Amino acid sequence: MQFWIIQGLNSLSLGGLLFLLSSGFSLIFGLMRLANLTHGAFFMLGTYFAATAMRSFDGLNIWVTAIAAGVAVAALGGLFERLVLTRLKSNPLGQVLVTLGMSFIISDACLVIWGGDSIPVPTPQNLQAPTHLFGFVFPTYRLVLVGLAVVAALALYFLLERTRLGAMIRAGVDDRQMARAVGIPVSNLFTIVFCLGAGIAGAAGVLGGPILSAYPGLDADMLPLALIVVILGGIESLVGAFVGSFVVGFIYTFGTALFPELAYIILFLPMILVIAFRPQGLFGRVGA
Amino acid sequence: MRWIGVALLFGSLLLPPFFAGDFYINLASQILIAAIFALSLNLLVGYGGMTSLGHASYLGVAAYISALLTGRYGFGHGAAALISLSGTVAMAACFGVIALRASGLGFLMITLALSQVLWGLAYRMSNVTNGDNGIAGLTRPAPFGISLESPIAFYWFVLIIATLALVLMATFVSSAFGSSLKGVRDQPRRMAALGFNPWLIRWITFIYAGFWGGVAGLLYVYYHKYIHPSSLSTTSSAEALLGVIAGGSGTLGGPAVGAALVLLLKNYVSAYVERWNMLLGLVFLFIVLVMPAGIVPGISRLVAGLRGKAR
Repeated sequence: MQFWIIQGLNSLSLGGLLFLLSSGFSLIFGLMRLANLTHGAFFMLGTYFAATAMRSFDGLNIWVTAIAAGVAVAALGGLFERLVLTRLKSNPLGQVLVTLGMSFIISDACLVIWGGDSIPVPTPQNLQAPTHLFGFVFPTYRLVLVGLAVVAALALYFLLERTRLGAMIRAGVDDRQMARAVGIPVSNLFTIVFCLGAGIAGAAGVLGGPILSAYPGLDADMLPLALIVVILGGIESLVGAFVGSFVVGFIYTFGTALFPELAYIILFLPMILVIAFRPQGLFGRVGA
Repeated sequence: MRWIGVALLFGSLLLPPFFAGDFYINLASQILIAAIFALSLNLLVGYGGMTSLGHASYLGVAAYISALLTGRYGFGHGAAALISLSGTVAMAACFGVIALRASGLGFLMITLALSQVLWGLAYRMSNVTNGDNGIAGLTRPAPFGISLESPIAFYWFVLIIATLALVLMATFVSSAFGSSLKGVRDQPRRMAALGFNPWLIRWITFIYAGFWGGVAGLLYVYYHKYIHPSSLSTTSSAEALLGVIAGGSGTLGGPAVGAALVLLLKNYVSAYVERWNMLLGLVFLFIVLVMPAGIVPGISRLVAGLRGKAR
């Protein structure tokens, strides 16, 4: 019983991380029609940032680190968007290839800077003690992570549905030309959304650090999970990303625990089913 | 004029065994293998308008099946090649059904996700694939009793297959079916209205490209006598895609030239530094930003631009 509950919690916390990662991906895809293959690398940058910062400044607060990493990665993403992606406006394929190239550059740069060994990220001290709940023992940090993902989801929902910026983003998603015509600065929105997506990925990297630790190839592990999440949930749907993240989190965690060698195949099956019966994803809109 | 060029190019491919040392002959073999692989990807990218980021799947799977059958289960090379090519084609058929539910970016993402799944499998299923250690100690086939162990013999073998591959792919592209493929790439709705089945045309092309990817994979594993999960990685797919785009997608010879350049660059750079992935990324940025149509058109455009400025 303990096994199922602990693995269930692990699934939830991985799902929470995946939501942070894939929500940015799906935001960017929704507005910019851009499959941002640098997303895994942004996540990894955050993790390495945390590994360095929290080990060199003892007792540095993880939330502060997450915000700092988010801002730093968002700035990097903004630069990339302004300097490179805007030049390729009418060339969606070129944009994807450029993000792929960028992901190679970042992951190799990380290898140069941090070397090939994995670097653990310390769990925050005040969250190290396990929580006792209903007679079971839970790692507190993972519980907090799940809560955080839910908070992030609500915040994103509020941002998109209840603010002026969100309304402009939704207008841009629905009809870019009309949005321009009524005076919405769509190009600036692109930059904002790209920074936002990259920043969330960077912060998620920090928060995932204590669970995953920083290692070369982390980006190549996370990106396919994010892709599978958005393919499952529907590429531009936030609700889809939320549901998809937890589905993938559960399948991947239980797959790895029960059939370690086949985890990847098991991951693949729901994706195939969804593509076969609902190619637009569980929550995708028809014709999207 | 064009035929003279083709004849010259082909003639130069016949030369290495007579002049070059073993190192360059081996390099030439690797270039030909990379060229077959890039040409097969070009069927999808250039002629079909389907940009796949998972083409390494076919190379890697064919290589792994052959390596396992010959190295572990004692199969002969002929039977192993047959089984691994059929396996690769069957996999391409399945992957095609899945990936072709989407088009454009969706297609790209699905092919990438599928190939990453295979890559993860090759790493994790270590009791089958030997994981990160790869499978070593493999042998080369000996068709008709001729040993391919020497670099020269292997070069002839690869050259024959590469020629065959080029001729067959050229025939495929210039056939009526190839024309309908280009039609589906440019005007899928019109083609559907004319009574063609765009999905079927794309699917057949997908399988055909997978087949030649598998052939390249067999040659790859024969050449290296070793196979590692990295042959299934995104880097491996991306190198081929870079070759296709750098050479000029949708042309017959371009991708072969592009693949040769990528391979030479990789060999040259790897001799000095270990930063191949970073350079690959930078070359991607450079090609897409500066020469999106490929190197040959890109250079002539650059030259024209410089001349224009000079005036």
